[in-house]
Amino acid sequence: MSQQSPKQDLMWMAVFTAVVLSMPIWMEPFGAAYPDLLQKFAIFGIFAIGFNILFGLTGYLSFGHAAFLGVGSYTAVWSFKLLTMNVIPAILFSTILAGIFAVLIGFVCLRRSGIYFSILTLAFAQMSYNLAYSVLTPITKGETSLQLELNDPRILDAAAVAGAGLPSTELFGMKLSGYPGFYFCAVLLIIGFYISLRIFRSPFGLKLAAIKSNQKRMSYTGFNTRPYLLSAFVISGMYAGLAGALMAVTDPLAGAERMQWTASGEVVLMTILGGVGTLIGPLLGAGLIKYFENIFSSYNEKVLHDIFSFLPDMLENVMVFIVNPFVGDGWHLTLGALFMVVVIFLPGGIMEGYARIVAWVKKDRSQPGGDDPHVAKPQPNEG
Amino acid sequence: MDAIFIQVLNGLDKGAAYALMALGLTLAFGTLGIVNFAHGVLFMLGAFCAVTVNKILTISEKVRDPSITFFEAYKEIPYLETWWGDVGTTIIDYSVPISILFTIPVMALIGIAMERGLIRFFYKRTHAEQILVTFGLAIVLQEIVKHFFGANSIPVGAPDIVSGSAPVGAFFGLDDTMVYPWWRLIYFVFSVVVIGGVFSFLQYTTYGMVVRAGMADRDTVGLLGLNIQRRFTIVFALAAVVAGLAGAMYTPIVAPDYQMGMQLLVLSFVVVVVGGMGSLPGAVAAGFLLGILESFASMSEVKQIFPGIDQIIIYLVAVAILLIRPRGLMGRKGVMED
Repeated sequence: MSQQSPKQDLMWMAVFTAVVLSMPIWMEPFGAAYPDLLQKFAIFGIFAIGFNILFGLTGYLSFGHAAFLGVGSYTAVWSFKLLTMNVIPAILFSTILAGIFAVLIGFVCLRRSGIYFSILTLAFAQMSYNLAYSVLTPITKGETSLQLELNDPRILDAAAVAGAGLPSTELFGMKLSGYPGFYFCAVLLIIGFYISLRIFRSPFGLKLAAIKSNQKRMSYTGFNTRPYLLSAFVISGMYAGLAGALMAVTDPLAGAERMQWTASGEVVLMTILGGVGTLIGPLLGAGLIKYFENIFSSYNEKVLHDIFSFLPDMLENVMVFIVNPFVGDGWHLTLGALFMVVVIFLPGGIMEGYARIVAWVKKDRSQPGGDDPHVAKPQPNEG
Repeated sequence: MDAIFIQVLNGLDKGAAYALMALGLTLAFGTLGIVNFAHGVLFMLGAFCAVTVNKILTISEKVRDPSITFFEAYKEIPYLETWWGDVGTTIIDYSVPISILFTIPVMALIGIAMERGLIRFFYKRTHAEQILVTFGLAIVLQEIVKHFFGANSIPVGAPDIVSGSAPVGAFFGLDDTMVYPWWRLIYFVFSVVVIGGVFSFLQYTTYGMVVRAGMADRDTVGLLGLNIQRRFTIVFALAAVVAGLAGAMYTPIVAPDYQMGMQLLVLSFVVVVVGGMGSLPGAVAAGFLLGILESFASMSEVKQIFPGIDQIIIYLVAVAILLIRPRGLMGRKGVMED
């Protein structure tokens, strides 16, 4: 992908923008064209893009990114409570605060690499999660989760009219729920995607990729790799903070379970499923997972019987019996199985599958035989 | 003095669980070079072995209750009781110790199946991919258990005779009022026995010697014509058995639910890192050390000075260790260093 010219990039950006903004239209036939789900697509897309900047480019597998998501959410809700319901300050504060957290955590964690890095980030995320549930309850409200209240100060907003309900988040007077909320997230997604595209194409991105392929050689040639790693870590932490803030924008409440390490695992899965280190892959992964989560968890036995009703009775019951554990509450089972299948058979995710198909079609047309270089998978260096 | 003594005791049973888990993780890592994120699930599966045994032993029939006369009342009596009377009752009472007999073969089979079916394809892959695939496996196994046993925790009792508290104060000539649950003491002793067993297996048997040689230099052992792969598979099964036993015996302390393993796994990984990746004595020592440290941190005197310290102490120690002494407490030079 790196051979593409800036002009082509611009064209792709235009296509991407059009696709994202027209999602409410072309998602209609898939039954996914309602704002709640579309907002989730955009938010988790941002989260996954950010995660990919760290994991995809440098190969450092962080298992603690959900902590930044949580920090972002809490900051945004506090900004709504103390300052104003306008979302701009909330988003700015969240992103910056998540960035500061990322500097602190990254400074410590990036001293080690490989599995130690994963465990260190995991340890920090668990620490934040435990603290949010115990000592920090004055800030996080613990299990009840942080919510808006009627008597919040909101010093920048006009005094609330007595008897009015909870205010909703707004952008200079425009209420950000439903479709406006989605478009707001979508615009940020497009901006975030553009930034990530620029990073991938920049010398900075190349250095990160070089760290992934051989960190030792990088340092032998005189590069101090740590500042680059730290910047990548902070950038991806800020993306996570932004995603957390947007979660609070679309639904002003923040709970500690957002910081749990299974949430970190989810974003890893999104990135892997789509394709690690590709630009568009993480977005695809995030969209697919959120889509199927939504569809699958709404199924129950009755719906399944309807679906398989075209089969003979015996077969119908057998199919329902087999499929039933995977839907509804069993959605996580599907997720775990999918995770394994992708890691085992398609470590490069959907994008690798796509590349394989393309290569296969091309090979079919030209001459048979011979190894195709496109299928070769770069081996990341484990430090 | 008394307070310190009781905190050490409190830390022992948790530390024992950490140590057993960390031991298994280290065995898998030292032999196969696998970072096993599904190890916590093995602990959970062991606990559910105990639950299953308990359920099987208490399969009941409905019998009319003769003590209630004014309406037809039924009560459930386990078949074992109707068949064997008091002997049956005793067997049910001892379901957790009995479940050990069931847990060992089951966990060994699960371990071998896991290694042959999945993990052997991941020897040459990166650690990140090993983490991811075992993480996926962990989710799958968890959800399967949840499907069969439900999401709520299922309490399983210790035998009546040891369900009370031991007057540990009197044992050691300290305050007589000091008591400690019998089962936790048993758990500690049990874990010491298991750890001792694993160590002597590795240290004093020819089989263990070959395994240790393989851990040090796999290729050379292979060149000597020994089938090191099969031995490593057995060691992986051994690690699974250790985790399963730790889980089965833990059921009277904490009622098992399908998520218990994952919570423990994160901590055990931290323990392994603190002890030193690849060092068996380090893993055990760090397990007990961190367990005791955690129980000291949850003393109210300490919590007054550092609120919330009990929640994060283990992670803090891990971070400090990794930064000051990256190799861990007893890690050897050259093992998993970057």
